[in-house]
Amino acid sequence: MTQLPETTERKLGLVIDLDTCVGCHACVVACKGWNTENYGAPLSDQDPYGTPSGTFLNRVHSYEITPKEGTAKLVHFPKSCLHCDDAPCVTVCPTGASYKRVEDGIVLVNEDHCIGCGLCAWACPYGAREMDAAEGVMKKCTLCVDRIYNENLPEEDREPACVRTCPAGARHFGDLGDPDSDVSQLVAERGGMDLMPEQGTKPVNKYLPPRPKDVLDEVDILAPLLATPETAEHRNLSGFLGWLDRTLEKI
Amino acid sequence: MGQPKIDTSPVVSDEVRKTTCYMCACRCGINVHMKDGKVAYIEGNRDHPVNRGVLCAKGSAGIMQHNAPSRLRAPLKRVGPRGSGEFEEISWDEALELAVSWMKPLRETAPEKLAFFTGRDQSQSFTSFWAQNFGTPNYAAHGGFCSVNMAAAGIYTMGGAFWEFGQPDWERSKLFMIFGVAEDHDSNPIKMGIGRLKERGARVIGVNPIRTGYNAVADDWVGITPGTDGLFILALVHELLKAGKIDLDYLARYTNAPVLVNCDPSSAEHGLFLRDADGKQLVMDRITGKPAPFDQPGVKPDLRHGLRKAGVTHKPVMHFLAERYLDPQYAPEAVAERCGVKAAKIRTLAAEIARVAFEETIEIDQPWTDFRGERHEKMIGRPVSFHAMRGISAHSNGFQTCRALHVLQILLGSVEAPGGFRFKPPYPKPVEAHPTPHGSAKPGSPLDGPHLGFPRGPDDLLLKEDGSPTRIDKAFTWDNPMSAHGLMHMVISNAHAGDPYKIDTLFLYMANMAWNSSMNTSGVMKMLTDTDENGEYVIPRIIYSDAYSSEMVAYADLILPDTTYLERHDCISLLDRPICEADAAADAIRWPVVEPDRDVRGFQSVLCDLGARMGMPGFVNEDGSAKYADYADYIVNHQRKPGIGPLAGWRMGENGLTHGRGAPNEGQLDNYIANGGFFVSHIPDEAQYYKPWNMAYQNWAVEMGIFDAAAPYLFQLYVEPMRRFQLAAEGHGKRQPPEHLRERIKTTLDPLPIWYPPFEDGHVDPVEYPIHALTQRPMAMYHSWGTQNAWLRQIHGRNPLYLPTKLMRQHGFADGDWARVISAHGEITVPVMEMAALNENTVWTWNAIGKRKGAWALKEDAPEATKGFLLNHLIHELLPPKGDGLRWANSDPVTGQAAWFDLRVKIEKSAPPEASQPSYGTIKSPVGQGPDELTWKVGK
Repeated sequence: MTQLPETTERKLGLVIDLDTCVGCHACVVACKGWNTENYGAPLSDQDPYGTPSGTFLNRVHSYEITPKEGTAKLVHFPKSCLHCDDAPCVTVCPTGASYKRVEDGIVLVNEDHCIGCGLCAWACPYGAREMDAAEGVMKKCTLCVDRIYNENLPEEDREPACVRTCPAGARHFGDLGDPDSDVSQLVAERGGMDLMPEQGTKPVNKYLPPRPKDVLDEVDILAPLLATPETAEHRNLSGFLGWLDRTLEKI
Repeated sequence: MGQPKIDTSPVVSDEVRKTTCYMCACRCGINVHMKDGKVAYIEGNRDHPVNRGVLCAKGSAGIMQHNAPSRLRAPLKRVGPRGSGEFEEISWDEALELAVSWMKPLRETAPEKLAFFTGRDQSQSFTSFWAQNFGTPNYAAHGGFCSVNMAAAGIYTMGGAFWEFGQPDWERSKLFMIFGVAEDHDSNPIKMGIGRLKERGARVIGVNPIRTGYNAVADDWVGITPGTDGLFILALVHELLKAGKIDLDYLARYTNAPVLVNCDPSSAEHGLFLRDADGKQLVMDRITGKPAPFDQPGVKPDLRHGLRKAGVTHKPVMHFLAERYLDPQYAPEAVAERCGVKAAKIRTLAAEIARVAFEETIEIDQPWTDFRGERHEKMIGRPVSFHAMRGISAHSNGFQTCRALHVLQILLGSVEAPGGFRFKPPYPKPVEAHPTPHGSAKPGSPLDGPHLGFPRGPDDLLLKEDGSPTRIDKAFTWDNPMSAHGLMHMVISNAHAGDPYKIDTLFLYMANMAWNSSMNTSGVMKMLTDTDENGEYVIPRIIYSDAYSSEMVAYADLILPDTTYLERHDCISLLDRPICEADAAADAIRWPVVEPDRDVRGFQSVLCDLGARMGMPGFVNEDGSAKYADYADYIVNHQRKPGIGPLAGWRMGENGLTHGRGAPNEGQLDNYIANGGFFVSHIPDEAQYYKPWNMAYQNWAVEMGIFDAAAPYLFQLYVEPMRRFQLAAEGHGKRQPPEHLRERIKTTLDPLPIWYPPFEDGHVDPVEYPIHALTQRPMAMYHSWGTQNAWLRQIHGRNPLYLPTKLMRQHGFADGDWARVISAHGEITVPVMEMAALNENTVWTWNAIGKRKGAWALKEDAPEATKGFLLNHLIHELLPPKGDGLRWANSDPVTGQAAWFDLRVKIEKSAPPEASQPSYGTIKSPVGQGPDELTWKVGK
């Protein structure tokens, strides 16, 4: 069994805006591309041109919400490792391959020590780990640990590949341990939430909930706005043209 | 155990090469990271005006397109029967000589016997130039089956449409309404824009029968009934007019609302504009009370008063507009049931639009001067913007629906105003600045002008003396007089029928016509393989160019293999559809960031070679030698007119490098590469808005070479060219439509937007076929290309038919059950899945996921071939007979746009078949099948 650090110096993580995520999968593929070429073994694909099954560190699920009253809604839900403070995937690891970094809280797998037993994937309540079938080691989100400190990248590019690529700007990266950071402020303003808090994993990543939808269905703002005194006379052409003439005169 | 030490600063790549993406039509800038001379990673280019660093799933998966096992390897000559996929590899010399031996005799005797149609071609100014020099009238790209209704309605109404023509003012808009857009056209900029709107708390309203993608994140959703968008929009117009919530000042100054219209029903000019001796449209001047040319300095155009002249009454367009849309037939109550939208909701939406437009007005302290010479101290904005593409276009009432949407935004005064819709250079560009269509073919000579254009009236139709069509696709005929993009979807069926005439060689580029790009796919496969009484193919010869082993490859006689997008030169040109933004002119290139490892050539370079081999003017020097070594040579050295070439950046001026107008510069491509693959020139602040009327913009555009002279114009609420076609149908003029089309032209070519039910409703019993069936393009897949992509096909490898809850219950379906889906034309058997956020009379699926066995180097058990399917089998290019002895086209009567989304079906439960039906035999793959496993890592 592997121990978690008591505290970490920073809590790096993602804030994902469910109000803005259009479900385009850009983050999924940018992640696949970067992490195939970089940290650890490539993310392999089995039977890629038949019935394919490959390793991904980030996937987007779509859920439909059908309220008793009102209109059904679709929510796109990107999911990757949440870099939990109380990460059960780490404590369950028999070899110490899974660990949480003291300096930034990133949960990583040391592939040299991973025996591919799969216990961590069972322990993770979020299904955020995937066994690579070609390499036989466990793969997971690294928060692009080889990008965020990478001195070979321009400073503005030192962020996870999924954040850099997100076209809608629905993904944010930063230190959630610092209440003054942009991401912490965003979480405070928008009521950011933990995923499945009852699991007691204390996830670092946060989700911003969708704004209320279909509010125009509920409020009829017609009356004060379009029923001006002139409305009645616009119902016929000559009334309309008279209004038009008077209005143009004033311009 | 201590924490392991890891390398957090690994070398990312040896080199970054910047080029332009081609994973869809969006044309984002990409950074291609190279390791050991190979493509290692692709990301967005932060400096690029289109995507500013972001990149969608398709773009990031480009590496898998570039290494796809389906890439063609060498020229192929068919050795088995058409459709079998049996080929032999031949040399390029043999391939080109074979092509020349087929095409050169046609050019010298009957150039129209070559039909050259390009699909998702991004080099149309070049391919059309080639076709003009060949001399065939039969050229177009894929607009006719894509979105010509949107493009043409925009040009005729206001000098441009959405997407490549313009964009919402993302930074200032406060209300954004999007109609029928699943994801594309365009991809990243809309996602970026929605993100920025949401950051500012702006409202997004989605109008779409299906609530996915952009509609899923929209604040409000209008789950409209397919084909009724026009009616819904005109109901909004009705409400706004009634409430007086329109921008009268804008309408009087910048639109043809004040232009005088002839009201004498007995006149041959009835419904046409009153003009002065110079042909200028006349308006009544509120100051003098007399008629004056619309652009006369000091004129205050009147919307109210008409003119009695020579015994004829003339009224301003505004009268006709008000009379039509104030009519109770457009009241919310009158349209609600047909639209599937409650009347109260239509009212609420109209009120919200009016509130934002007129109570949240934007003022920018930026003086500007209009074309009448009047100086304005501020720029006033109505911060409501709209976007729409194929969802409203691909109906038989699509042209008028698109017109209605443009008229709505003009009535609000939001077009080219801060917060509204903004054009991108070279647009705005009114009809008058576009060519008319040309089709006069003479053996051995170039065509008399550009093929495609914008007819001003019956005189511009392409008809022979006997009244028969000039073109194989019957574009620019009475059937569809304003078919500005041609009708690619009619080419194969017309060529097969020999109607209007037989052709010899069909030359296609990058269009999967034997599969997802055709209606009636099974029928098209039969037409391509049909033989005559002598056992010869009815369409004698087919040449096809594609980079990949698509379904269409199997149906060609000669294959000219293209490169991937990372191996080629291209230019995204201001002569064509550039990558401009609303505040900047921009163009871009592709260049070979890697050399092909196969015996393939860029198609445009092949066209240069073929043009030279056939001695086509424009492709040979005076001594007969080849004018262009390849496409790169053409891009740099071709001049459309002196000083104007395919690329606007880094041309040679008198005192060194310059932009816009200038002589060719041998180092131009290197300049582009050094700048990240693109060129951008910002529009001055004073010229940013009101472009059609803003003299600072007009003058800047002339300097850039976009126009030759400033040409301010009025937005056309009332489209006079349409009225000219109506006049002909009413019996005026020499060129007369055939009797069977007279009534239809009178009705559908109305110069003010109208709504009529989709034609299929009149040919198919809506009671028997009560369900609307649609497709949407997924965000992570582009047409059929994505299916060969090992990463993207893991996201969208299956496409169930989504059914609304009501239909699931009604038929007792559970997810994964199979349904027979039957249209008046055909039937398919496919898996179903429930979706609640869906119009209750609509079913839909993802577009172009289904694949033919053997194509795209996929294995036979690939889900795309066993469970995937196309709706195309249910859609015919002709509507079912309705007993009048005629077969009417399944297309828009104005432009000929394919009416994909008019489809009606019925559904019943089916026992699970072995695979989705219909299922066809396996094509023999000319490239084999892909590997069993991928562990793609090019670096050590």
